[in-house]
Amino acid sequence: MTTAGTLPPDEQRLAVGSPIQDTRGDKIALACIYTALGLFCLAVLYPLVYVISASVSNTSKVSAGEVWLWPVGFTLDAYKAIFDYDAIVSSFGNSVYYAVAGAVVATILTLLAAYPLSRKGLPGKGLIMALFVFTMMFSGGLIPTYLVVDQLGLLNTRWAMILPTALAVWNVIITRTYFMVTIPEELVEAGKVDGCSDFGFFWRIVLPLSKPIIAVNLLFYAVAQWNSFFNALIYLTNEHLFPLQVVLRQILIQSRVDPSQMPDTSKLAQLKELQQQLKYSLIVIGMIPPLLVYPFVQKHFVKGAMIGSLKG
Amino acid sequence: MTASTETRAGDRPATQPPAGRRSPNGHQKGRVKASKPSVRLGLRMRRNWQLYAMLALPLIWLAIFAYWPMYGVIIAFKDYNVVSGIWGSPWAGFKHFDRFIESYQFWKLIRNTVYLHVYELVATFPLPIILALCLNTIRKKWFSRSAQLITYAPHFISTVVVVGLVVVLTNPNTGVANKFIGLFGFGPVDIMGDAGMFRHIYVWSGAWQTMGFAAIIYLAALTSVPPELHEAAIVDGASRLRRMWHIDLPAIVPVAVILLILNIGSILSVGFEKVLLMQNNLNLDTAEVIDTYVYKIGLASAVPQFSYATAIGLFRSVIGLVLLVLANTFARRFAKSSLW
Repeated sequence: MTTAGTLPPDEQRLAVGSPIQDTRGDKIALACIYTALGLFCLAVLYPLVYVISASVSNTSKVSAGEVWLWPVGFTLDAYKAIFDYDAIVSSFGNSVYYAVAGAVVATILTLLAAYPLSRKGLPGKGLIMALFVFTMMFSGGLIPTYLVVDQLGLLNTRWAMILPTALAVWNVIITRTYFMVTIPEELVEAGKVDGCSDFGFFWRIVLPLSKPIIAVNLLFYAVAQWNSFFNALIYLTNEHLFPLQVVLRQILIQSRVDPSQMPDTSKLAQLKELQQQLKYSLIVIGMIPPLLVYPFVQKHFVKGAMIGSLKG
Repeated sequence: MTASTETRAGDRPATQPPAGRRSPNGHQKGRVKASKPSVRLGLRMRRNWQLYAMLALPLIWLAIFAYWPMYGVIIAFKDYNVVSGIWGSPWAGFKHFDRFIESYQFWKLIRNTVYLHVYELVATFPLPIILALCLNTIRKKWFSRSAQLITYAPHFISTVVVVGLVVVLTNPNTGVANKFIGLFGFGPVDIMGDAGMFRHIYVWSGAWQTMGFAAIIYLAALTSVPPELHEAAIVDGASRLRRMWHIDLPAIVPVAVILLILNIGSILSVGFEKVLLMQNNLNLDTAEVIDTYVYKIGLASAVPQFSYATAIGLFRSVIGLVLLVLANTFARRFAKSSLW
């Protein structure tokens, strides 16, 4: 994190060398703040910890309500059951594919849009920017967008997952602001004097200088793609193309377990037994990939979001 | 004494580079500007052709996936059928809008949507502000770091998983929420199947998920507060709470106003994915909102009514846009801070 969360420099100094002591009122206020923050952190953490504990606990103990915080009767059966359920495994693969391909396509489009729009004195820049920003305020809506995807023949293809959401205007704005802040006009001028074309400058100077924002875009789009489920719901009917989220919805929310997805019928009875268990382990499996990339995103995204919000 | 010299030393790197950059920059800009009028627009555009070439792909995408659907909105005024296509279908005027406004669903949908959104706004809008103020006041670095790390995390979990989490935890037979209720002597409640509980669950699970991340933007605004203000206030004997109220809060207000405007503009479009995921036959009475209704009659039904669904969607978008403009005008006049 940047300086935002840390203390203002004055307080750092005062904390070290100042003779001014906290008054009693201040101490009480501080204690309240710490308590409130601590309680809030606990409230955020508890469901997550509980689910992880429940997923590695004995089914009957969970149903009986014996699990409160830590696992009771440790077992990994619920995780083994996941690998017996074909739809989960194949949709996991699909989700990885959509996340990677979607992130690459979207990041390329974002960079291509953001760089020219960051350059001073490009004729028509304001108009083009307005075209982008207007789509944030007004959109054609669900049905017309669906009809467009239908007319392009994208229904039930992997492209339907990648193309319609390939550009987030908010990311274009943040990336553009990043370019305006980090690529000084002098550098552009110097490049021109040395006979560098705009393509060459973008490729050789801008991209190498923009690794953090490229990383933010990739991770942001990948997480968004991984978490999205509605596009799959409306554009895909072929279950071999389903991403993980759609399968998660079937099992977690609609409690729909499809016996044909279990090649080994001897395990069917066992699966029914484990169904409740499976839900806990599935929640964990669904949470983990975004939470793994999250520390990387956090550092850069927060910075990017700050630059974008303050100057954009 | 030491404090003031340190401030100056700390300030210098912050102010110097822009000042240093500004002079050559302004110099060059002046030169470019002076030569600009003599360069015709066509020539300037030709010189920049590579930049336009870079913009081509994003603009094509924008035309196809953002502006083509906007053209498709005209089917709201037509009786669309697949064979004749968008342009060939017969005009129907405002028939679909009339039908929606007169339908028995109309007031229920409006009420559910507005109620859910306003509840969400009132309950969750102040929370990130309070969180940011608290985080900003804390002295222990490790504490505020870990608090941020923890509170941001749920933002990255998908809606499906969050709703799944709620469903599993509130299960009347096995969920831990009911075990807690049981501790106080109440019987198991089917929370997800209770139409009266739907809004509370929706709003507070949303607060759980988004509050930490929403605080980021306020924390960013707080970094712009000059430390001298705090120093002066401390010397004058202002307490910590007073400083939060009189120094930190005013720094946040402009950002908060802008976010509020955006929020009011989307008053008729609540978190559609999440509502859809949380719906079941038992809570539809409060859980059916405009967007989910559009989805149901437009795509999920056996006989999709494209034109009717588009009309309802357009109705919502237009009201949203009008509200956005109104809120912005209002904010510009009274809060001196606005989107445009």
